[in-house]
Amino acid sequence: MGWLLVNGQSIALNGEKSLLDVVQNAGIDLPTLCYHPELTIHGACRLCMVEVKGRGVVAACHTPPESGMVVNTNTALLRRLRKMALELLLSSHDRECTSCSRSGNCTLQGLAHRFGIRDLRFSQDDTDRLPIDRSSILVRDPNKCILCGECVRICGEVQSIGVYDFAHRGAKMQVTTAFHQELADTNCVHCGQCAAICPTGALVIKPQIQEAWNALMDESKTVIIQVAPAVRVSIGEEFGAEPGQSTMGKLISALRSLGASKVFDTGFAADLTVLEETEEFLGRIQKGEKLPQFTSCCPAWVKYAEQFYPEFLPHLSTCRSPQQMMGSLVKRYYAKASGKRPEDLYMISIMPCTAKKFEAARDEFTTLGIPDVDLVLTTQELAQMIREAGIDYTSLPETPPDRPFGFVTGAGVIFGVTGGVSEAVLRLAHERLTDTELKNAAFTEVRGYSGMRSWELELDQGTLRLGVVHGLANAKAILDDLRAGKVYFDLVEVMACPGGCIGGGGQPITNVNGQVRQERGAGLYQDDVVTAVHKSQQNRDVLNIYADWLDKPGSPMAHEFLHTTYRKRGAQWKTSGRAIGKA
Amino acid sequence: MTNTATNLQMFETGSSTNFLDAVLAKHGSEPSALIPILQDIQENDRYLSQEAMDQVAHALDLSAATVYGVATFYAQFSLEPKGKYVVKVCDGTACHVRGSLPVYEALRKRVGLANGTFTTTNGRYTVETVSCLGACVLAPVITINDQVYGHLTVDAVNMIIDTLEREGEHDD
Ligand code: SF4
Ligand code: SF4
Ligand code: FES
Repeated sequence: MGWLLVNGQSIALNGEKSLLDVVQNAGIDLPTLCYHPELTIHGACRLCMVEVKGRGVVAACHTPPESGMVVNTNTALLRRLRKMALELLLSSHDRECTSCSRSGNCTLQGLAHRFGIRDLRFSQDDTDRLPIDRSSILVRDPNKCILCGECVRICGEVQSIGVYDFAHRGAKMQVTTAFHQELADTNCVHCGQCAAICPTGALVIKPQIQEAWNALMDESKTVIIQVAPAVRVSIGEEFGAEPGQSTMGKLISALRSLGASKVFDTGFAADLTVLEETEEFLGRIQKGEKLPQFTSCCPAWVKYAEQFYPEFLPHLSTCRSPQQMMGSLVKRYYAKASGKRPEDLYMISIMPCTAKKFEAARDEFTTLGIPDVDLVLTTQELAQMIREAGIDYTSLPETPPDRPFGFVTGAGVIFGVTGGVSEAVLRLAHERLTDTELKNAAFTEVRGYSGMRSWELELDQGTLRLGVVHGLANAKAILDDLRAGKVYFDLVEVMACPGGCIGGGGQPITNVNGQVRQERGAGLYQDDVVTAVHKSQQNRDVLNIYADWLDKPGSPMAHEFLHTTYRKRGAQWKTSGRAIGKA
Repeated sequence: MTNTATNLQMFETGSSTNFLDAVLAKHGSEPSALIPILQDIQENDRYLSQEAMDQVAHALDLSAATVYGVATFYAQFSLEPKGKYVVKVCDGTACHVRGSLPVYEALRKRVGLANGTFTTTNGRYTVETVSCLGACVLAPVITINDQVYGHLTVDAVNMIIDTLEREGEHDD
């Protein structure tokens, strides 16, 4: 506690960990390039410098605040040093801004603009251009890397994988993979979190927009688009809406004007997933085997389990993810129902997620050379297409998605937020186990944003133990505890990205932090509230699919078209299937 | 350093598997054991292979990128196989002014090193320069596998290599 002076203004201390927090709370926006509130402190970029009386210039991000400090943030010396630090960063940075996919939302570019860097005193050194890695769903251009280490820390600390680290030293230092391997050859699970946090264009999503345009322009193809729940509460941010504001109606209009012949809601397939996954879960409870059951809708988590915890693979639900269920519905059922051949349909998914690109390319999801999902675009890529087409997003009318896969219950919508899948399954499992109708479908107990949550649901029939984790480091912790027999669960929901799909690696880059994610999550819960139906088992269109085609949840037909298998894998993911958008 | 999940894939390391097991057993599996372990492997194998680094990462529950980062940070580690004889030519100030470069060039020529390479294709010699061996009074000075040779001339280095070659005939 105590107080200190920031630019002559007295500020009370409130347990802040760093001087940076104190200064930011005092309303002064200190520039930072290597600081993220959810990661450990690195202190390398020196942009957050302040002067402390008696101590000189210090980096605010790793200086603990002390009572009585006299801090200045805007002195002639600091302005000179900050500018110089930026100029030095820019001198070794590839400055092809106009053709960089981060142009316009690059933190480094923004700071150069904010500090009025107009000419560079240090000439650019491009003697050592390093190779660009396009092997995977991300493009890694080390020539744009400023060595802030954020990707190193998010992949190591949040995902517990550690694909990158600092290598070599001095002027030759790089942030790179082990042995400079291409990303496709590493343990990367394609979550995209490193690209979401990178302050420059050194790590970006490899755009597949051209493939989408080609399909949309191809007269012989009928383009069908599915949209994941988490996209509706984030894409508006690209066009000036507040995070969390649901713009599903406008989004559908935009997709139609881009040329989609049908737009379906991935949430519909999420409702279908609930029916299948709950059936599977109740079967396991009855037999007392393969518990806990792990959710399987997050492809980054699935790959993580395949690589690092193969002994738990029998515990994963065999349900395909909603994206892949929708792909199967469209190519295997809808094609026939609408008198088309599967190869004439082109299925594009709009996802908050980069790992979905990997999932769609898994050879489990291609039949006779025809993929169930032809192309996956992230929220970011779709926004780019909307801009390119000159569509004025904010003034678009609201239109509903198409039948028969357009109706989604509240349970399907909340799949996009951590805890949502468990809650949706509970809304059915509870009714099935107790044989009574749920009056209030909301299980607010499983909601929240702490990385690891558990909850026990007491029923006359016994106790259901639920675990919910997001961030793979939390998954690792729970798996290690399960392995050691320290904990017991019946159902464990895992999502690789912080906050769940709303915090996916393909979402708009807005310096995503906990606050933005929670607003997106609140948007999904709000959609659940305003939807008339809250339980997947009441989605009539889903029930019709069973009557018409799949028989009943867990039937042999359902298994053939809606379930999948997993494989133990080493470091390399390269499937024999399609390359995911290799340029 | 980054902790990582255990990759269950096991790596084939050929003949050195037993050696690695022994080194790992000797130093334990705390992350702080990383550098001593790499030093032992470097001494035994004369370099750090990718397989060895992968296996060390696995054993210490570190990511391979972290192990690679440490291995590339310190000049004492080599990521390429070194020759049976590692020749270090001192090019510190004292050695430099007393003619270390002609000695270096003569060595490279005598063992038959192509431009831009430091290890002979037959794997017998690695020739490299170091900044200072701390034996300026012996300038120009070289070490061959930690044996020191001082006051060198071009003729002297040729004689030294001739001797090593004769010894080599007995080994083969
Ligand atoms: S995509 Fe995810 S797993 Fe892959 S390197 Fe980036 S943070 Fe790590
Ligand atoms: S790739 Fe991006 S996040 Fe990673 S160190 Fe470089 S600039 Fe930072
Ligand atoms: S933000 Fe403090 S040193 Fe980079």
